Amino acid sequence: MAENIADHKFEFYGEGLPDVDRGELRGRLIVIEGSDGIGRSTQVAMLKPWLESNGHAVLDTGMTRSALAGRGIKQAKAGITLGPISLTLFYATDFADRLENEMIPALRAGFIVLTDRYIYSLIARAIVRGLDADWVKSFYGLALKPDAVFYMRGDVKDLIPRVLRSPAGFDYWESGMDMHLGADLFDSFREYQTRMLSVFDSMVDTYGFEVIDATQPIDIIYRNLQRRIGQLLRAMR
Amino acid sequence: MYGDHEFPGKLFIVEGIDGSGKSTQLSLLQQWLRREGYMVFFSEWNSSPLVRETTRRGKKKQMLTPTTFSLIHATDLADRIERHIIPPLKAGAIVLADRYIYTAFARDAARGVSPRWVRELYRFAVKPTIAFYFRVPLEVSLKRILGARAGLKHYEAGMDLGLSDDIEESFKLFQGRIRDRYEGMIDEFNLTVIDATGSIEEQQNEVRSIVERELRDVPKHPLPMVEF
Repeated sequence: MAENIADHKFEFYGEGLPDVDRGELRGRLIVIEGSDGIGRSTQVAMLKPWLESNGHAVLDTGMTRSALAGRGIKQAKAGITLGPISLTLFYATDFADRLENEMIPALRAGFIVLTDRYIYSLIARAIVRGLDADWVKSFYGLALKPDAVFYMRGDVKDLIPRVLRSPAGFDYWESGMDMHLGADLFDSFREYQTRMLSVFDSMVDTYGFEVIDATQPIDIIYRNLQRRIGQLLRAMR
Repeated sequence: MYGDHEFPGKLFIVEGIDGSGKSTQLSLLQQWLRREGYMVFFSEWNSSPLVRETTRRGKKKQMLTPTTFSLIHATDLADRIERHIIPPLKAGAIVLADRYIYTAFARDAARGVSPRWVRELYRFAVKPTIAFYFRVPLEVSLKRILGARAGLKHYEAGMDLGLSDDIEESFKLFQGRIRDRYEGMIDEFNLTVIDATGSIEEQQNEVRSIVERELRDVPKHPLPMVEF
């Protein structure tokens, strides 16, 4: 017997949000996680029309896209003036705004929410910057546990050609330049992304990540994701 | 994660409901400390230039939920702590803050946010040397505020809670809830209670004598005099 929709019920990581009736959330929450430049958004861009063509309504969302805090974060990062605690909390504000005002209403309406990154990237960035992991996890107790987290994994050497394919090249923040890890963007990028990877890897079991080998060709990854997401959604037909 | 600090400076903060007179008292304290030759740095609630625009937009468009209201104010304080509070404390300055984490604990809980969650959220904050709580009966503060102001704002009146359609009535109910929260925090955080119904001079004398006891090791930096 396939899982009945009525059997599906979301849980929160912690205390959750006030005034949310989990029983009302009929949709599914799917997360694509992984390093900067690993190809997450490419996959999201392919998965969305595929899901829609199969009759599912899809909300796609990602970091710093909130109506409330997205612009503020981008401006602050452009000025390179954020300390690690402020940056972490600004991201949490952005996340909470999208969770409460986009994701939860969409789940209530029965949408598939496909999110490019979730709390894991944010927790990892904070941990790499030396903040207390328990502290960061405590306020992300407001987050819903997703139905699936696909962790697109590749080594740092796999990231470098991807970054250099973009005209902007190495990005200040994606290189962790605020942490003074290396003499230049390249050294810093390598060190920062190595640290990020080790935090991501340490989360695989804790958060039940499904690991996807991101060094494979795009279409192989895509078919792999289609198959796994297809299984997940079969119960929704 | 700062918590109990061992910086050479001191942090004095004032708390209380709107109209308790805490800002007046803090500003008088600042004048005195400056005159005495201390390095003084003043930091106000909700004043981070970095976060201000986001907060302003959220309030103007009424797009804040209790959770995002809480988070954006935590972001604001984090920025001020990293930028305006820790560095002066390290430099041995006296930092004065008009409102601090207790404002968030009181307001956010009054909005229905979990008190435990919000206390955990603010764990990054450095512990004040003294936290003054200006205690005033609700009727007194309401008379001061409602007599003096042109108009109440949506969030400060707690209109987002749907307590009443009348903004003045909502403000009264919300302030009452916040006051209850402050009262409940006196023992939890060892707040120093000042009777805010006394005269301004009486209150200031009390504040100064409490502050003075904490300043024994704080260096003074009087303005340079002409050298002989």
